[in-house]
Amino acid sequence: MSAPATDLAAAVRSGTQRARDVVEERLADIEARDPELHAFLLVLGDDARVAADAVDAAVAAGDDPGPLSGIPVVLKDNLCVRGTPTTCGSRILDGWRPPYTATVVERVKRAGGIVLGKTNLDEFAMGSSTENSAFGPTRNPHDVSRVPGGSSGGSAAAVAAGFGLLGLGSDTGGSIRQPAALCGVVGVKPTYGMVSRYGLVAFASSLDQIGPFATTVEDAARLLDVIAGPDPFDSTCIPDVPPALEPTLRDGVAGLRIGIIEELTDVDGVQQEVRAAVEAAAAALEAAGATVERVSVPSTVYGLSAYYLIAPAEASSNLARYDGVRYGLRVEAEDVATMNAATRAAGFGPEVKRRIMLGTYALSAGYYDAYYGQAQRIRTLIIRDLARVYESCDALLSPTSPTVAFEVGARTADPLTMYLSDVCTIPSNLAGHAAMSVPWGTGAENLPVGVQVLAPALGEPVMFRVAQALEEAAP
Amino acid sequence: MAEPITREEVEHVARLARLALTPEEVERLTGELGVILDHAGDVSALDLGDVEPTAHPLPLVNVLRADEVRPTLDRDEVLAAAPDAEDGRFRVPRILDAP
Repeated sequence: MSAPATDLAAAVRSGTQRARDVVEERLADIEARDPELHAFLLVLGDDARVAADAVDAAVAAGDDPGPLSGIPVVLKDNLCVRGTPTTCGSRILDGWRPPYTATVVERVKRAGGIVLGKTNLDEFAMGSSTENSAFGPTRNPHDVSRVPGGSSGGSAAAVAAGFGLLGLGSDTGGSIRQPAALCGVVGVKPTYGMVSRYGLVAFASSLDQIGPFATTVEDAARLLDVIAGPDPFDSTCIPDVPPALEPTLRDGVAGLRIGIIEELTDVDGVQQEVRAAVEAAAAALEAAGATVERVSVPSTVYGLSAYYLIAPAEASSNLARYDGVRYGLRVEAEDVATMNAATRAAGFGPEVKRRIMLGTYALSAGYYDAYYGQAQRIRTLIIRDLARVYESCDALLSPTSPTVAFEVGARTADPLTMYLSDVCTIPSNLAGHAAMSVPWGTGAENLPVGVQVLAPALGEPVMFRVAQALEEAAP
Repeated sequence: MAEPITREEVEHVARLARLALTPEEVERLTGELGVILDHAGDVSALDLGDVEPTAHPLPLVNVLRADEVRPTLDRDEVLAAAPDAEDGRFRVPRILDAP
């Protein structure tokens, strides 16, 4: 199987393909097809042309622009680019142009990547369908009556549609992996601390992680290798440089011990074809020399509840900064407290208000220990349970999403049903572990199905070998 | 645990969170938060007294950098993004003796 991004970088580096031509072709495609999909909030055509010309000039001068030479990359619109509007899908950041650029974006550019635009998302990354964007929903390229998943639905749809060959998103409870599964692309949530979050607008700081979207595992490895590693601007980074993933990608799975998580796979709510995909993926790994067993991680059944206390609690604190003082929207009022409250009422959408309220309540006097404290203890249990399972397993499998892409509007009336979309992806965020979604054919109505590969902290090398084996065997 | 949240509590929390909610929003959130907190009740009902809480997945403490003067964000560029600024500072409506 070819890897479109790495193949393109090779062609651009060797001078057989011009980055400028690639960019022009992608921009024309976006202009023709994005009005229907609405993957982008902002297309950066002029900047992309300038960057592409610089790459072509470097190649012509005999220089190597880097491992992402000429590759069009799309950015979730919660990643800052200096001087470029960054909205987080919210009205409250109206008109804001960040005074600095995210470290991941600097690294993409330094590696020769071409930033093509900013993609749609659920407001402040809170959602599982990209319907919570203040600027309207994104549609699934496989069926425009369906959601692309979320919250990084714009990046997932843009990569699935071929607008960008690579994309960046953020994953707090599944916001990269779930849309990747629903759009039929590869999506990776790296180990917590592996990628700098400098310039990522914060949602829940003990959970957020930036990661890649790609159409192949190899392309995803290429992008993660570029963005990973410590950064003096993010004190929560793991201090050591992680090993490159590309060199060991094809080392195979012979001898690896794989566990299927019972509590996330063999339960009501998981569609039959999704469960069948996990079974088929496990059988393929067995055929490639791995051993497979069912494993139990009992505490994961409490993951959803714990997550929907911890993430809103952290969000209620992080989003306190949107107060009409330093950036974005202000609704004028006589005194500062009234101005704060009026600004936030006008600027935030319903889901963000709901989570701020939930988080503030969970942290308030009298309820702190019963809700937030208990959720933090559940987090400890999940970490313990996973550590025990990883004594006898190298990687784990589960569905990424319990269902294939659902209809636009199907879950907007009931927050709890929407939250259930994240049940399989949440444990890795709570534990700070690595996980990724790999496409495994299609299910009902020809919609993509994703299989999730989970690994312990810094387990990316094994996780990518498993993912590569799955991609080679996938229907 | 998981007693349903009351309308008065929702109004109190909205004040803590500096959110000016409409009566309709208070009504709707009272119902929605009740449902979500009821679901979270399975967590609050567990006996986990002997389990240490986890606040953060990495065992990092006191990450320090060298105490060196470095360039920082440009003040004019930062203030240009603010809704109101004056004399190199953010400008806000009155704080003291507010009506």
